[in-house]
Formats: sequence, structure tokens, C-alpha cells
Amino acid sequence: MAALIECEDVWKIYRVGDVEVQALRGLSLTIEQGEFVAIMGSSGSGKSTLMNILGCLDQPTKGRYRLNGIEAGNLKPDQLAGIRNQQIGFVFQSFNLIPRTSALENAQLPLFYRGLPLKEQRAQAAAALGRVGLQGREHHYPTQLSGGQQQRVAIARALVTSPSLLLADEPTGNLDTQSSQEIMKILETLNRDEGITIILVTHEVDVAAYATREIVIKDGQVLSDRVTKARPTAIPVGV
Amino acid sequence: MSAFVWLTILTALRILARNRMRAGLTMLGIVIGVAAVIAMVSIGEGAKRAVQAQIATMGTNVIVIFPGVTSASGVRGSQGSAMTLTVSDALDLKKRIPLLADTGWAKRDVMQIIYGNRNWNGPINGISPSYLTIRDWSFTSGGPFTQTDLESAARVALIGQTIVGNLFEPGEEPVGAVIRIKNVPFHVIGVLAPKGQSAQGADQDDVIFIPFSTAERKVFGTSFIGSVGAMFGSTDQVEDLPMAAEQIREVLRSRHRIQAEQEDDFTIRTQVDIGKVQEGTSETLTMMLFAIASVSLLVGGIGIMNILLVSVTERTREIGVRMAVGAKRRHIVMQFLIEAMTLSLVGGLLGIVLGIAGAKLTTLIAGWPTIISGNVILLAFFFSLVVGLFFGLYPANKAARLNPIEALRYE
Repeated sequence: MAALIECEDVWKIYRVGDVEVQALRGLSLTIEQGEFVAIMGSSGSGKSTLMNILGCLDQPTKGRYRLNGIEAGNLKPDQLAGIRNQQIGFVFQSFNLIPRTSALENAQLPLFYRGLPLKEQRAQAAAALGRVGLQGREHHYPTQLSGGQQQRVAIARALVTSPSLLLADEPTGNLDTQSSQEIMKILETLNRDEGITIILVTHEVDVAAYATREIVIKDGQVLSDRVTKARPTAIPVGV
Repeated sequence: MSAFVWLTILTALRILARNRMRAGLTMLGIVIGVAAVIAMVSIGEGAKRAVQAQIATMGTNVIVIFPGVTSASGVRGSQGSAMTLTVSDALDLKKRIPLLADTGWAKRDVMQIIYGNRNWNGPINGISPSYLTIRDWSFTSGGPFTQTDLESAARVALIGQTIVGNLFEPGEEPVGAVIRIKNVPFHVIGVLAPKGQSAQGADQDDVIFIPFSTAERKVFGTSFIGSVGAMFGSTDQVEDLPMAAEQIREVLRSRHRIQAEQEDDFTIRTQVDIGKVQEGTSETLTMMLFAIASVSLLVGGIGIMNILLVSVTERTREIGVRMAVGAKRRHIVMQFLIEAMTLSLVGGLLGIVLGIAGAKLTTLIAGWPTIISGNVILLAFFFSLVVGLFFGLYPANKAARLNPIEALRYE
């Protein structure tokens, strides 16, 4: 069985004026279906760049990145958009909900771009909001929701397409401790009960502790990679 | 796709509703442009129709032939001053040109008319009976005089509405009354139906018709018997007018023995020629209005483009989110195009309403006739759509070309 994520000698080089910045320097990484990975590292370590590449928002300058067996390095922008829509859910530090748009419509957004019939979009978005415990808040606007609730809407938006990969970029960075715990519990549950692969970027050790594997990035390379917990769902060997 | 388009339109409307002031100001250019087009074209069409109606009062398919000008030692007289056209010219034209349905002739002079203790100075026209049919004169009471009246130089008169108004008491029946023209008594045998102003603005109802022969012998005291002030011809079909005019010219030149190098001693005008001058004027006006309207639509379009560029910048993060969750370029382009078109269409609709109201108000206040044509409304609608599309393209493309990573990070 192919791994969900395969990075092989991935380089990302930016040019800022005359200066060449090597954000990723031959990074290799494999992540299996169903893992809950925490990526840590100081700012400037390249973890944001890595997240962008994993999320198909960006492409490596050199090296290969395969997601679910698809070579993402050579795809055109619209094909990448298609992959993001089909395979990836994003949760951002600053929630990034569309302002003055109801929770339901926010959660609906990825389905909107799939061109599903309106009724189906609404039903699935309402179900996703239910999964993050926001029943009855469908018609609230982001400003009427607390930070934690907003982030839950964002998770619902990420979940609504049943993605194979959920990318969470410091999802608790803007939240208080209690909300942070709620959000992390939701992510943990999604990973444990539904087998959704989650990659989480965080600075905080207690947030990273929810993950089952911890990868530390430094200077664009993997510094350490260790399994911190037993995998929640047993993956049968040899399948 | 249809769910996408529908939702995008709803979203666009919601954004507009949220920024009503901004949307209103943005649309103002389009509103004014479209309203100007509708109002102006309606007024223009009304004016054109009025002119056409005036030209139609000339009669149906009329050709007018004036005599040339006199020339004494190089000093030229006014048009029609020469006595070159005669009754026999008119009779011969009818005989020799089959295209002509009829010919008529007339001669006029302004004279004092007296009835009871009132008097009026009005144009007396000595005419052939055929003139009445060529010029489409009808009667409110009484009727025309006949060929017999012409031959016997009968003292009968047909009077126009202005004459009736000036000589008779309201409600008094003119038919049967005796009026005096230059002290010659005439029986009024017919009252002419009103025609209103001519295309040149003259009062066509200030008129008295008497038989040509009577005018010549008993009223005007003409020195050249048989010379006419103007000749008239008519054809059955409008299309025949130019051909008939050309044939009249040939016949008259040969009758007047005009050499090849000499100029005509007469002038021929067809109803079509006269109409063209008027239509030319209104076309110039229409072109000018279109120029003004295009400028204001252009300005309106630039306004829309400007506000959309602002909107793209303001909503950079939103665009980033949309891209992250899988919006393709065409989705983003469509979203902004639909917003632009919603703006321009709503503006266009408001403009149409305002334009129609403006046209109606013009009719109400100034009394100008206006005609609101469905075509203009469709055209205005179409133009506002095109303006939205055209000026929305640049901002829409700008939005679609954003890098999702930078857009997501935008503060």
C-alpha cells in the first residue's frame, strides 16, 4: 500500500532580489494513511513552506511530492485546485472564514466549487457542522461566534469534502487554553474514530502531544522524526 | 454550474446590498448614461415622428415644382419670382409622364378678406381642383369645388381653420356665407380640416382656396395669364418619386427650350427630399446623443472597474481561502465578473426606469412628444451588460491570478 504522502529530496528555493533563500533542502518524508503528525520547528525552519507544498498550494523547486500516488509537482494551478478540493482540508491559525457569511455557507464553500446541487451542499455542510458540535449555529455569522466556534466552523469546512488529508496550521494559535483543548479533542477524535490523516503545525508542546508522531524541521530538513504514541487504529500489516 | 452561478449572483447582490452607498455611487455613471440614452432617444424619436407627421401633411408622394428666379443684369430675384411655369406645362406633364398620377397648380397672394365687420389678411391660393387631392386636403364641412367651377371661374372659396377662427364667431357655420376678397364676393362652399404646422413651421391652416381661373381673372389681376406660382404632381408609389422628378425635369427643359449647358429655370423637390433634410437633422442629434451616452457609459464602466479593483484588494484573503478550498481560476473570474455585471445591470435597470420617467416628464412639462421604443430599452440593457463584462474582466483576472499563499497571508 502506497503511503499517503511521499516527499523525496524536496527543495524549495525562493529568490528575493539577488538573494537565494533555500527554504527546503532535500527534505524527505513519508506519512501513512491515518497518521496524526505534529510538525514542529522554529520560525524560518521551513515548516510553513513544507505545509504549503503538502497542501498543494505550492510546488517543489526540485524533488518529488506524491499525494495519494498523484505526482503533484507537475500539475497546473487548476489541477492543484482540484486536488485541494478533493483531497485536502485546511484549518488555519486565523480561521479564515469568509466574513458576513453564515457558518453554513462557510462550511459549504468547498462543495460550492464541486458544483454539487444546492440542497446536497446544504445537507452535507449541516452534517459537517454537526460533527464539530455546532448544530443550531448554522445561520450564525463569524462575528457572532467565539474563536473556538469559528475554528470549529473552519474544521467543518475542511471536513465537508471527506478529505484524505487535513492540514492544520497552528489551529490553536489564536485560541485560549480551553478552546484549544476543545479543538484538539475534535481533531484527535476525527483521527482516532474516522481515520482521517492529520498534519498539524504547532509551536506548543502540549498541542503537539495530541499527535502520534512528531517531526521537527530545522533549516529545511527533518531534524528528528519519532513516534510518540501507539497508532490509534491498528493498520493491518501487509495490506 | 448553475448552482454555482446562482449562488454567485446571490452573493454579489448581498455584497451590493451591504455597501449600498458605494454600490449606488459606482452605478451612478451607468444609471446616468442609460437614462440619458433612453430619455434622449425617446425625445428624438418623438421629434422625428412629429416631423414625419408634418411632412405627411404635404400629401402623399408629392413633387413640388417652383419656377426659377428672375435675373435682371445679373441681379437675381427670389425663388419663384420668374413666371416660367404655366398651366399648359402642368397639363402637358400629366399627358407625357405616365408615372404621374395627377398634376395640379397654384398661385398665391396675400390679400384682405372681409366678412361682416371683420377682416383678415391671409394667403389667397388660386388652385386647380387636383391640387386638393394631391395635397390630401379634407373637409370638416362642405366640399371641394369642381372642374366646372374652374372652367366657369366661379366665385367659390374653401377656407382653412385659421381663417374660420378669425372671421367667424365660434359655432357659426361658414359654409354658405359670403366673404369678400379684394371686394369680390365669394361663396364659402367648404371648410378645410386642420393640418397644423408645415415641416417649415408655417401655419398651413391660414389659407383660402379659390379656383385658379377666378384668382387669375378676378382677384390677382395677373399680367401673364396661365403662369403659375408652383406646380404639384403625385405618384402612386413613393419609389417612383425620383424617376418622376427626373422625367419632369426632362420634359420641362425641352418645353422651355433650355440648352444643354444652361441651368434649369425651375426647381423640383420631392417629398422624400424634404423628409431627408429633416431626418438628417434628427440623425445628427441622435449621433450626438449617442456620443454623450457612450462617454457616460465609459465613465460608468471605469467606475465599476475602479470599485472592483478596490474590492479585489479588500477581499484578497477571501480569494485566498476560496482558492485553498478548491476554487479554480474560472470560478474566481466568474465571481468578479458576475459582481461587475450585477452592478452594471442593476445600474442599467435603474437607468431605464429613470430614462422612461424623464421622457414622460418631458412630455408632461414641456409637452414634447416622446416615443419610448422597446428596442432602445433592450439596447441599453445590452450595453450595460457589455460594460459590466468589459470593465469587470481586468479586476476579475487580477483576482484569479493571485497566488493563494500570498493571498492567505494578506493583512
